[in-house]
Amino acid sequence: MHYIVIGAGPAGVTACETLRDLDPAAQITLIGGEPEPPYSRMAIPYLLVEQIDESGTYLRKRTGHYEDKGIEHIRMQVTRVDPEQRSVTLADGNSLNYDRLLIASGATPLKPPIPGIDLDGIHNCWTLEDARAIVERAKPGSPVVLIGAGFIGCIILESLVERDVKLTVVEKGDRMVPRMMDNIAGNLLKSWCENRGVRILTSSGVVGFTELGSGLSVNLDSGESLTADLVITAMGVRANIDFLAGSGIDTDQGVLVNDYLETNREDIFAAGDVAQGRDFSSGMDMVQAIQPTSVEHGRIAAFNMVRDGSIRHQGSLNMNVLDTLGLISSSFGLWMGVDGGDQATLLDEDEFRYLQLQFDGDYLIGASSLGHTQHIGVLRGLIRSRVPLGEWKERLMRDPTRLMEAYLGSVQGAS
Amino acid sequence: MLRSLLIDAEKCTGCVQCELACSYENEGLFNPAKSRIRVFTFHHEGRFVPYTCTQCAEAWCMQACPVDAITLDGDTGAKVVNAAVCVGCKVCTIACPFGTVNYSSDSGKVVKCDLCAGDPACAKACPTGAITYVDADQTGFEKMRAWAGKTDAGSAASA
Repeated sequence: MHYIVIGAGPAGVTACETLRDLDPAAQITLIGGEPEPPYSRMAIPYLLVEQIDESGTYLRKRTGHYEDKGIEHIRMQVTRVDPEQRSVTLADGNSLNYDRLLIASGATPLKPPIPGIDLDGIHNCWTLEDARAIVERAKPGSPVVLIGAGFIGCIILESLVERDVKLTVVEKGDRMVPRMMDNIAGNLLKSWCENRGVRILTSSGVVGFTELGSGLSVNLDSGESLTADLVITAMGVRANIDFLAGSGIDTDQGVLVNDYLETNREDIFAAGDVAQGRDFSSGMDMVQAIQPTSVEHGRIAAFNMVRDGSIRHQGSLNMNVLDTLGLISSSFGLWMGVDGGDQATLLDEDEFRYLQLQFDGDYLIGASSLGHTQHIGVLRGLIRSRVPLGEWKERLMRDPTRLMEAYLGSVQGAS
Repeated sequence: MLRSLLIDAEKCTGCVQCELACSYENEGLFNPAKSRIRVFTFHHEGRFVPYTCTQCAEAWCMQACPVDAITLDGDTGAKVVNAAVCVGCKVCTIACPFGTVNYSSDSGKVVKCDLCAGDPACAKACPTGAITYVDADQTGFEKMRAWAGKTDAGSAASA
């Protein structure tokens, strides 16, 4: 049995390890498109501030980990998948044959068609390669423009501030992290950053980039132009599905998968940021592109690759946690609430603390928080367990901070 | 034989000796806010429930960690944070459905119960026997683990 896994991110690596656990005799090939050992993009911000070196970003730390597990790691792009021939073609023209294939090819930053976007000095912050370029250019005092204050933009924001650059953030939405937090939290985050010397321009778009001396001019739709030595774009990502063209594998925003993470083509599965799998909250197929979902997908796909139909994916809960200059925010599930649902909120603007719970009848379905770091995981537990809260709903409506008590009381029957 | 913390909430008086012992053992100071075990108060019933990581088999935190900073201690069964490797990304704090991995802004790392390498300070400090450290199969933690299965995206149920 030869398993091929395309993509050396968390989904691909977790899948390979799980495949090995389940099928000790199989041949396992992991194909990653970057010339690095498998690493975590999530760790890049910590590399930018030199808290860790590049090896600190590696997904697995033990030397010889992949060799010991008999996982062959090929560092090359895949250009084509042919389900008829059961083959994968590499950038050098060579082909490999698989018995079972996992597509875990991840995502790539979006590059909107803005005039000048290919100019020198405009970077994504996505790969180790990008990180090296940013370290080179983000010098203390140099003007830097970050475009996009979504989740990824905000993750990078802090490292740029710590590198002492003169930072301006441009965001199209009317607040920060508009797809993760509501108005109250998104605007509190904005003031938090402004109080720390970062200029944040919300409801602002970029109409073009032009060269200006040795740097760049970022031209905004307001008519204002910002000077920058370095521009970092974080305007969203899209699933890496282009190489699947002509394969007959169904795609939409990502690769479409059923509840066993199988695609429509026999013996081909998909996982992680490239997979459009079931969302726990809506039941709809959705590209989540978050670390916990990638790992969940990788593990479940591997089980089903070895043992047909052994694990049914019940849907992954969308969630995020973010540290923006020391202000920690999180969101879970349907944080925006549902029609006819109830909402409990607790807001202390002066202390930048906010907790918001969303209920549908007797159930917690979503939440977001700002300035809370203790026990926030229990929000996942309360949402995922789908346990009717009973009297605990009223208690949470009165005091949303009593989450742990609600969990222990309702889910674990402690009271 | 693996051992686990057995918590019998009926015996807890809310004295928080466990919190003091834990924070002293792990942080070098008596500060319940820094304890990895917490006593939750149910005022309406006058009850107290100590709670910490159950070292669950699913190990959500360990699975979710993007940098391999949480590992299994083969001797105790504890999932242990290696602070030198942890970058402080906090993904484990949202992945753990029990809410028992927490971020410490002092250290910039996450903290969780590691069973004090097999000699848990909380159990030693508990004056009423509400927290004991016993053979794993006696603890009834299977119940909690069943809940872990329920909160799974599918991987625990039939794994």
